[in-house]
Amino acid sequence: MKVAVVRFPGSNCDADAWHAARDAGHDVDYVWHRSTDLGGADLVVLPGGFAYGDYLRAGAIARFSPVLQAVEAHARAGRLVLGICNGFQVLCEAGILPGALARNAGLSFVCRWVTVRVETTDTPFTARWRRGATLRLPVAHGEGRYVADAATLDRLEREGRVVFRYVGDNPNGALRDIAGITNEGRNVVGMMPHPERAAEALLGSADGAALFALASVA
Amino acid sequence: MPFRIRVRIMPRGGILDPQGQAVEHALGSLGFAGVTQVRVGRTVELRLEAAGEAEARASAQRMCERLLANPVTEDFTVDAVEAGA
Repeated sequence: MKVAVVRFPGSNCDADAWHAARDAGHDVDYVWHRSTDLGGADLVVLPGGFAYGDYLRAGAIARFSPVLQAVEAHARAGRLVLGICNGFQVLCEAGILPGALARNAGLSFVCRWVTVRVETTDTPFTARWRRGATLRLPVAHGEGRYVADAATLDRLEREGRVVFRYVGDNPNGALRDIAGITNEGRNVVGMMPHPERAAEALLGSADGAALFALASVA
Repeated sequence: MPFRIRVRIMPRGGILDPQGQAVEHALGSLGFAGVTQVRVGRTVELRLEAAGEAEARASAQRMCERLLANPVTEDFTVDAVEAGA
């Protein structure tokens, strides 16, 4: 599979995402934020970091970068998009995913390992797990508290679009312990934890590796 | 003609405002009694060329809707539209 990892000024998990995708056997390239050419990628990864310095709000400026036009078209066409941490914030700001990532309830930047539960296997990213499987993944963010209005939250739950939920330790006060969600078409996933930082045993956990394997997609 | 515009962006009521809460606690510990609520938002000042005040205000409104405020978590008010450089 062809994978494009987008680089914004301020991205800092781009190399990790590239590495995890390549280890999963994909043909991986970087795409600069000013480009609108995704190089025929099947999967676009919006990596973690602080795109445009997180000025105004995390993801608010990145959302209007040229590459996002291409990512929006890619997502609309049903092709795969994975937003990790800052990438999840960008997807919410762009309206590709519903809701927003607000300042952590505890105000402090959280950087630690958390446990998340796989709430649905009905996405190409989670098809390799069993529903209810728990993963050890690191989080590192200051604005990771998932918020949306009650109607949106109810709809996400009803449609099985909550992909990951924090178990035991909710590091940011996210509503309903939501750590990751998917869109209506189930081809876009956004998540606060970093699977690319837990993609091999050497990193302390290999629990995130299966996410890059993309089981069910040709 | 030139306009000076000031917009105020505030966390929506009902959405947790941890910054406001932290400031409220800090004020309490400094001895400011009777503070019952603090909310922390953001002010954006900008200068704009427009044909008239209505156009300048409408333009500021659109800027807030598209970029300056997050429609999920924040409310905004166009506080001032003043003619002059």
